[in-house]
Amino acid sequence: MREKRGTVMKEAKIRILIAKPGLDGHDRGAKYVARALKDAGYEVIYTGIRQTPESIVRTAIQEDVHFIGLSLLSGAHRELFPMVVDLLRESGVGDIVVFGGGIIPSSDIPFLEERGVQAVFGPGTPISDVIQFIESHRRPAQRDGNPR
Amino acid sequence: MEILDKIHAGDVRAVARAISMVENGDAEAERILSGINAHTGRALVLGLTGPPGSGKSALADRLILCERRRNRKVAVIAVDPSSPFSGGALLGDRLRMQEHATDPDVFIRSMASRGHLGGIARSTGDTVRVLDAAGYDTIIIETVGVGQAEVEIATLSDIVLLVLVPGTGDDIQMMKAGIMEIGDIFVINKMDLAGADRLKTEVEYVLNLGYRDKTREKRPVVMVSALADEGVAELHETVHATFERMAETGLLVERRKRRHEQEQRGETPW
Repeated sequence: MREKRGTVMKEAKIRILIAKPGLDGHDRGAKYVARALKDAGYEVIYTGIRQTPESIVRTAIQEDVHFIGLSLLSGAHRELFPMVVDLLRESGVGDIVVFGGGIIPSSDIPFLEERGVQAVFGPGTPISDVIQFIESHRRPAQRDGNPR
Repeated sequence: MEILDKIHAGDVRAVARAISMVENGDAEAERILSGINAHTGRALVLGLTGPPGSGKSALADRLILCERRRNRKVAVIAVDPSSPFSGGALLGDRLRMQEHATDPDVFIRSMASRGHLGGIARSTGDTVRVLDAAGYDTIIIETVGVGQAEVEIATLSDIVLLVLVPGTGDDIQMMKAGIMEIGDIFVINKMDLAGADRLKTEVEYVLNLGYRDKTREKRPVVMVSALADEGVAELHETVHATFERMAETGLLVERRKRRHEQEQRGETPW
């Protein structure tokens, strides 16, 4: 992903939406991930706190992102994460990859994965794990430098 | 081409995808851009520029609301810088406009500058054309936070709003070449802060000094607080009044003609 300074960046960039659904205002984790992914060479769109599944999905469509990272610390992940995934599918953009983070009990992870959340990263996860996930889930076309 | 029909029908997914193609220099982007040529030139294009933290995004948020009250469809292109080190970008402008995320008549697109200097991205102009073809009545381009010399926004806009805030320098700063020359409307944001009145006086003083300005329309200086929603309705009125006057005097046609010619030649004047 890294490029030489001053070169014209013309290839397809991976775009990632980082959003916080639900009502908690603990956005440090989301901000940390957003900044780290920027430093890793991705284009990160950050929407801030208190987003509804609908605003997240509409934002993802307008921004034409490849990934959505959801952060939630209030305990509503079992409802809100699947709602985002379902709404993406209903809107015809089910190919957008959804991952999550925040305070998620490990016992909830199989349920979330079953409902279409492709990975859950808890507190203390090294950012390299997130990058590795993104690199292994980007579509092959993107690897060739072509947009999907 | 199917995607062209969808763009002309205002299909949000098609518009978003087309913008990515334009941004990525995709082969299909050329076909799309030549296909939509005949449909563009209808939208009011507003350039919003000024220093980092001067309140451009917050003001865009308020202007969207004003335009929606007039039942106009609005698109925003919000440009933020790409890192010269990693090539990545943190695009945080739309955070201030998320209130409009679920309005089907508002389209907001964050755009990384991708190494382009001058306050916008290389593909910003072509993105304007896609959004124009998709039927948006007003297109707001928010530049990267700029300092003195980033004037490229003037080549893309019908009207440039230069957003200034108190505490960034005296009248000598304002006499220098660069962004002070491209503003059609000067917006003093954060009007509640100390020094706002003084800044307004200084801007007006400097504008009156220029001999060139005698042949040019008097340029309005408007005080607002985007956060407190003060003065924004008046600013919005000023924008439309300016636009109407530009249309009457022929300045609008002249600017658009120049822009079109530049596009044809594939160049920017600066």
